[in-house]
Amino acid sequence: MITVGIDVGSITTKAVLLTDTTWQSLLLPTGCSPRESGKSVFEQILNRAGLSPADVNYVVGTGYGRISLPFIDKAITEITCHARGAHHLVNGTDMVVDIGGQDSKVILIDEQGSVMNFAMNDKCAAGTGRFLQVMAAVLGADVSELADLARGAESVQISSMCTVFAESEVVSLLAQGVPKERIIAGIHRSVASRVASMAERLGRGERLTFTGGVARNDGVREFLSRELGQEITVAPEPQLAGALGAALLARDRCKQTLVTLDEIH
Amino acid sequence: MSNDYRPMWESLGLDLESHDQLLKAIPQAFGGVYMQQKNRPAEMEYFDFVVSEIHGLRIQELQEHKSRGGKVVGAFCIFVPEEIVRAAGGICVGLCSGAEIGTAQAEKVLPRNICPLIKSFMGFKLGHVCPYFESCDMVVGETTCDGKKKAFEILNDYIPVHMMETPQMKREKDKVLWRSEVRDFVTEMQQFTGNQVTYDSLQRAIIDVNGKRKVLARLAELRKNIPAPISGKDSLLIEQIAMYDDVDRFTEQTTKLCDELEKRTRAGLGVQEPGALRIIVSGTPMAVPNWKVPHIIESSGAVIVAEELCTGLRYFENTVDEDGSDLEQQVDALAKRYLDIDCACFTPNDARTDKLVKLAEEYQADGIIHCSLAFCDPYLVEANRVEKVLKEHNIPLLRIETDYGQEDSGQLKTRVEAFFEMLAAKKA
Ligand code: SF4
Ligand code: SF4
Repeated sequence: MITVGIDVGSITTKAVLLTDTTWQSLLLPTGCSPRESGKSVFEQILNRAGLSPADVNYVVGTGYGRISLPFIDKAITEITCHARGAHHLVNGTDMVVDIGGQDSKVILIDEQGSVMNFAMNDKCAAGTGRFLQVMAAVLGADVSELADLARGAESVQISSMCTVFAESEVVSLLAQGVPKERIIAGIHRSVASRVASMAERLGRGERLTFTGGVARNDGVREFLSRELGQEITVAPEPQLAGALGAALLARDRCKQTLVTLDEIH
Repeated sequence: MSNDYRPMWESLGLDLESHDQLLKAIPQAFGGVYMQQKNRPAEMEYFDFVVSEIHGLRIQELQEHKSRGGKVVGAFCIFVPEEIVRAAGGICVGLCSGAEIGTAQAEKVLPRNICPLIKSFMGFKLGHVCPYFESCDMVVGETTCDGKKKAFEILNDYIPVHMMETPQMKREKDKVLWRSEVRDFVTEMQQFTGNQVTYDSLQRAIIDVNGKRKVLARLAELRKNIPAPISGKDSLLIEQIAMYDDVDRFTEQTTKLCDELEKRTRAGLGVQEPGALRIIVSGTPMAVPNWKVPHIIESSGAVIVAEELCTGLRYFENTVDEDGSDLEQQVDALAKRYLDIDCACFTPNDARTDKLVKLAEEYQADGIIHCSLAFCDPYLVEANRVEKVLKEHNIPLLRIETDYGQEDSGQLKTRVEAFFEMLAAKKA
């Protein structure tokens, strides 16, 4: 059985192609058209595997662009998909912390990887990848460098949660001559504490797994585990958890349909 | 709208340009949200008609009433006893304030970070866009939440405001205070309208308004059926219209609708599949044309079976005792009925959380969505109590905080859908 999960995020579009034994992935920048990038990531991953759409049994779309994909069999939210993906990637996960480009979420899951409860940021960008991006731009750095730049530095306090206010706070810290690395550490801490308070509110898990693009930033991860006072595992390929979850859910659905068909016959 | 109402609007002093914008926006929003629904009851026709005539026919009626010397009184809260306005020969209209209009004007006198409902009513008044507001001879304010309480001081610069002191607690001494406030309101209305409130006129008003509440309660009762015979969006619309429509006509039309729903129920007909998720919404009022969250909920496949809102159950769930034998007793009965409203402005407000648990059971709800307007301290803070109690009873809850803007729709949809995916998995 072959299934595909497509996760159209605000910054990156991800695809996972799942066969009975293995899975492979592909990432593309989302750009300005989620519909186009969803379509091309699907085509490219099939091409690379030497498959055609007809070979695929089921496609699940997820991410904020999920509704604009005409070729999928079903759209499932990124919350359900991340839960399933993280459950598969890290054995025994009972809480998923996902920080993506414009959303962050904390999800409590059961032994099957199903969602038991979740919390998600509202429209404010605090505690998301967007916050890091804006701050990186102010500091003249690339988001991917932030973790390295801040390594070992003691964090300075960034008190504004609002991105716009935090931006001017960073500008004035720079003007005061506060070292960049300390400011970056402060930014990491700000993101972590925002997400940690979401986790606290939901009721804590035992085994925390970190997914989403921001999970690759170990500055944020460190502060997060410090704030929560517990270890937190970064999922292998954290960015792909959503697409992988989508592909796995596609497989579940496909099996269900086969079962019902069998019952009919 | 069939007739030309422009001369009437002009005479009301409306800002015709902004008013045109508003009038253009409503049918568009209404068409997208309402007319696409499947399996709508035929008797919704009347309510659709009311919306199509939203600034026409009813305003004309208000004007006719005024030309006969009658008064129109506006209210922003369901604590204002409309029976007393009626008994004094006035018409009470609930002013909606569910749209982001006149924001720039409102921000001239209000802080930026304030509940959108308050900002909206100020914007409507300062921008001269609402013919209901412009038809009002006075507004009755209350001391429920701080934002509103202080905003009424400002509003008083533009239209006379009579304030009623709603208590913050429900102890015996608070009841005494509230009774005296209701009594004063009788005096105020008599002076304002020049009409005496008599035992008979108040009795008539109590019976009429009770009639409206009873038919709304009947509608609510019908929604307990599986499948639900009417959508939550349609029910909300009816509840919104209840606040400003002619009482007798409204009661008659809603009765017809309920008769139809009864037939539907007997035939096993519903608006969604019998397996659809059943949701209760709870929180701050949803005023016309704020249908955002209900639309997201119902376009994601669930059906709303009850609204624990002021534009919902809180408006009609109790009736006024009709057995008072003199004016004094009638007023006491009114005061009692109104103080039974479980608004988050009261402390403690356990009655609300207890009720939610009961409603979830009675309506066989799969989950509750707590929806609060941004910057509404009473409801946003009380959400914590709601969460605690529902958790104890294992009732799934989703908390939403939003305003009248549309830019968070995608985000809200994700959260609502994820909530439904979770509920569906639990159900399976
Ligand atoms: S929420 Fe409270 S203050 Fe607001 S309209 Fe309802 S009863 Fe009045
Ligand atoms: S929604 Fe909340 S803040 Fe707004 S008027 Fe009502 S009680 Fe006050």
